[in-house]
Amino acid sequence: MEWDWNFVREIMPTLIQGVKITILATVLGSVLAAIVGLGIALARRSENRIVARSVGWFAEFIRGTPLLVQLYFIFYVLPDIGILLPPLVAGVIGLGLHYGTYTAEVYRAGIENVPRGQWEAAKACNLSGYNTWTHIILPQAIPPMIPALANYFIAMFKETPLLSAITVLELMNQAKSVANTYYRYIEPMTLVGAFFLVISLCSVVLLRWLEHRYGRIER
Amino acid sequence: MTQWSGYLGLILQGALVTIELTLMGSVLALVMAFLAGMGRVSRFFIVRAIATTYIEFFRGTSIFVQLFWAYFVLPFAGLSLTPLQAGVLALGLNVGAYAAEVVRGAILSVGREQYEACTALNLGRWQGMRHVILPQALLVMLPTFGNNAIELLKATSVVSLISLADLTFQAQVVRSQTGSTLMPFVSVLVIYFGLALIISWGIRSLERRMARGLDGVRV
Repeated sequence: MEWDWNFVREIMPTLIQGVKITILATVLGSVLAAIVGLGIALARRSENRIVARSVGWFAEFIRGTPLLVQLYFIFYVLPDIGILLPPLVAGVIGLGLHYGTYTAEVYRAGIENVPRGQWEAAKACNLSGYNTWTHIILPQAIPPMIPALANYFIAMFKETPLLSAITVLELMNQAKSVANTYYRYIEPMTLVGAFFLVISLCSVVLLRWLEHRYGRIER
Repeated sequence: MTQWSGYLGLILQGALVTIELTLMGSVLALVMAFLAGMGRVSRFFIVRAIATTYIEFFRGTSIFVQLFWAYFVLPFAGLSLTPLQAGVLALGLNVGAYAAEVVRGAILSVGREQYEACTALNLGRWQGMRHVILPQALLVMLPTFGNNAIELLKATSVVSLISLADLTFQAQVVRSQTGSTLMPFVSVLVIYFGLALIISWGIRSLERRMARGLDGVRV
C-alpha cells in the first residue's frame, strides 16, 4: 500500500482534535504529578514512622506496576465503589499518581541537597516548621530540580497514548478510529509517530535550555 | 469463590506470557544496547550517526506507537508479525535505546588511565574493550539495567492492546466474564509488583557477585 497525501489531508482535522486532548492530559497530569510528588516526598520525611513507611511502600508499589493496569483499576474498579469518573479525569489521575511517585524521588534528592546549615539557620532564626519549608528549603530545593522534573513530564507525554485504552479520545485513539474506519494504517500510525518524534526532539532542546538555566542534573 | 480458582489459572497463564515477553525483550534490548551504545563511542562517523538516529528515534516515540506501528503497518510493507514477535521487537528496540545510553555512559565513565594502560600494554581497540574497559563498565551499568528491566516488565502490559494474552489481557478477560473488577486487577497488580521485586533482587545479587574481589580496586 502506498502513502497517500490526500488521505493525510483528510484525516488531519481529526488527528488535531486528538492532539489537543493529548496536550491537555499531559499538562493536567504534570500539574497533578508535581503536587502528588511533593506530597509523597514530604510524607516520606514525616516524623510519624507509620505514615512515612506506608507512603513509601505505596509509592514503591505504584512505581513497580504498569500504568496501563493502574488506569484500568481507576476506570473500572472505582465505579464499583460509587466513584464514577469521566475517562479523561481517570486518565489524568492515573498519569499524575504514577508520575507523582517518580517526581517524589526528584523532590527527595532536591530536598536532601539543601545544605544542613540552612536547616540550622532556620532553626536559629526561630522559624516555624511551615515557614522553614516555604521560605528556606523549597525555594532553594526546587530550581535545581526543574530539568529532572521536565524530563519526567516529557516521559509522561509519551505515555499518554495509553489513555486510549480507557476510551479517552486522544491522538492515538483518533488515529486508531480513522485507521479502522478506512482500513488504512500506514498514514495515521506514522503521523502519530512523527508527531511524538517532533515534540520530543523539540523537548530535548527545551531540556538542554532548562539544564543550562537551572544547573546540571546528576544522574 | 469456587469459580475464582479457574480464573486464577487464566491469570497465571497470562503471567507466563508476561514473563516470556520480559525475558525475550530483555535479551533483544541487551543486544541492541551494546550494539548502539558502543556504536555511539565508535571512531567512525557513520556508525555514530546510525546509533544516534536509532536511539533518538526509539526514545522519542512512545512504546505504544512503536508497537502499533510494528503490528499494523509492517504487514503492509510485507512483513507480517505475530503479536508476540511484534511485542518482543517493539519492547526490545525501545528499551534497548534507553539502555544504549547507559552503556555509553558507563564506557565513558571508565577512567582515562585505563585507556592509556591499554595502549601501554599494546592491546588492540577490541582487546582493550573486551578485557579492560567492559568488565569495569559492566558493574556501573548493572543497577540502571535493573531499572530498565523493570520498565520493560511494566511496558509489556501494552501488548495486551494488540490482543496478546498477557497478564493485563487476562485481567480484562476475567473482568468481562465475571463482572468482578477488584479481584482481577488487584491480583494482577500484585503479580507485576512481585515480578518487579524479583528483578531488582536478582540484579542486586548479581551486582554483589560481580563486585566480589573488586574491593579497593574501584573507588
